Amino acid sequence: MLEIVLKMLFIVLVILGGMLPLITWVERKQSAVMQDRIGANRADLMGVTVLGLLHPVADVLKLFSKEDVVPTGANRTLHLLAPVVAIVPAIVTLAVIPFGGSYTFGGATLNLVVADVDWGIVFVFAVGGIATYGAVMAGWASNNNWSLLGSMRAAAQMVSYEVTMGFSIVGLFMIYETLQLPAMAAWQDDSFRLLGFIEYLLDIPLPAFLGWIRLPLWGVFLQPLGFVLFLVCIMAENKRPPFDAPEGESELVAGYHLEYSGMRFGLFYTAEFLEVPVIGCILTTLFFGGWSIPFLPQETIVGFIGAGFGEGFATGVCLVLHVLSFLMKVALMIWLQMALRWTLPRFRYDQVMDLCWKIILPLSIANVFVTGAIILWIETVMA
Amino acid sequence: MNEWIFYAFSAVAVAGALGMVSNVRNTVAAALSLVASMVSLGGIYVLLEAYLIGVLQILVYAGAIMVVFLFVVMLLNQRKDGFSAGRQWVMKTFGAVLGVAGAVGLVGLLPARFPEAAALPEGFGGYRALGVMLFTDYVLAFEVSSLLLLSAMVGAVILARRSAD
Repeated sequence: MLEIVLKMLFIVLVILGGMLPLITWVERKQSAVMQDRIGANRADLMGVTVLGLLHPVADVLKLFSKEDVVPTGANRTLHLLAPVVAIVPAIVTLAVIPFGGSYTFGGATLNLVVADVDWGIVFVFAVGGIATYGAVMAGWASNNNWSLLGSMRAAAQMVSYEVTMGFSIVGLFMIYETLQLPAMAAWQDDSFRLLGFIEYLLDIPLPAFLGWIRLPLWGVFLQPLGFVLFLVCIMAENKRPPFDAPEGESELVAGYHLEYSGMRFGLFYTAEFLEVPVIGCILTTLFFGGWSIPFLPQETIVGFIGAGFGEGFATGVCLVLHVLSFLMKVALMIWLQMALRWTLPRFRYDQVMDLCWKIILPLSIANVFVTGAIILWIETVMA
Repeated sequence: MNEWIFYAFSAVAVAGALGMVSNVRNTVAAALSLVASMVSLGGIYVLLEAYLIGVLQILVYAGAIMVVFLFVVMLLNQRKDGFSAGRQWVMKTFGAVLGVAGAVGLVGLLPARFPEAAALPEGFGGYRALGVMLFTDYVLAFEVSSLLLLSAMVGAVILARRSAD
């Protein structure tokens, strides 16, 4: 029990307390760098601005001090409930994300995930499906036609992309042979010879120097198409640009959260921002080896440090390194999402749906069949 | 502990179901109550150690099907038409009779004692056991239902194209 509470505390402190405020700053600063501006730097405390890092504090203070308006004719209960429904799924998803591996100290095993469940990735999809209701309820309960149009767009877009999101990583499940996120991360804690397949194709031993060209055994190298498709789908689920048709401020004023003010609007805003590191965690775990360090499997680290300092200390060091590696990869994934968000213009709404059903769905189904054929070939020819 | 979680989920499920039936004027609220009911059903499945079914209940029913339901309801909610009074009366009577009969049947079951729970086989409720069963013992039912869904999909596309012309 205490263990679970401590892990939850870690997640709350690092993701909600650390990454979330930082991301609002990163969004401003990265967009500024990309657009050749200076970016947020004015919020100060007694003249100290620390690179604009005080802006998140100023934001929250501002939002809390604003009036909380419920429009006339709105459905009050649903209007008040919607922001909560929008943000809770993002937080709950973190329960199945492994932020470290499994470590044995003497007799006790420490597993750095809150809920190590058999059906981890299905849970992520299920919870993501619930997130749709936040936008749908908000738009409908506001009694405003712009909001309603926004929430209709959100409902159609999120349901469509959830279908293709599932299909796009079926190939990954076939390779990992598991749906358990910690097991997936542990599976990727290895590396492979990039040209190793030549041995089987040409039936000659690979020259030693070519055998040195190795890649980490990460999902992104095994399923590159799957990664691209999944990235597109999960960014569409997030409803941030270029997939922000449900908000579309040039057409729908502000879409589904048009009638929200103060901290309730802040909750929608926070939900979208919080989904960015959560998506980073999911991408890292599925495609970038989770907590693993490239070319340095856990046994190597523990064996190397353990030779001089004892195994317990070595495992502890390994734990810290793994958590840092995980957070670093998540930061990279956040950077990637921000870069895409500030590079691409918004899709027109029909283009969003066409992309989903006419391009991503056929490609991801083809990906499943090709992956299956290759696995079959490997199991029959290479064995 | 498990018992209290069960009661909590059941209470939400029943309240959601009642909310769905009683929200006659407000179809969107009715659909949202059904969502609450379905999510709690998912929780009850998990308590029964049918983990995958529980999560799929939330993913498919609460997450996907109900969103499409809501989508349609929100579109149609703008129109004020409904069934004629005579037809409504028939439906209400039929529903009341069916509901009372069901309730009586359930209350009749109450004095019965449940047999000891059988030991669960290895891997019960996981996706492996379910997948193996779907593709061995129940492969015919599985394929027939997928054919049915495919035909429904093709039918929907044809209908949509016809109205577009």
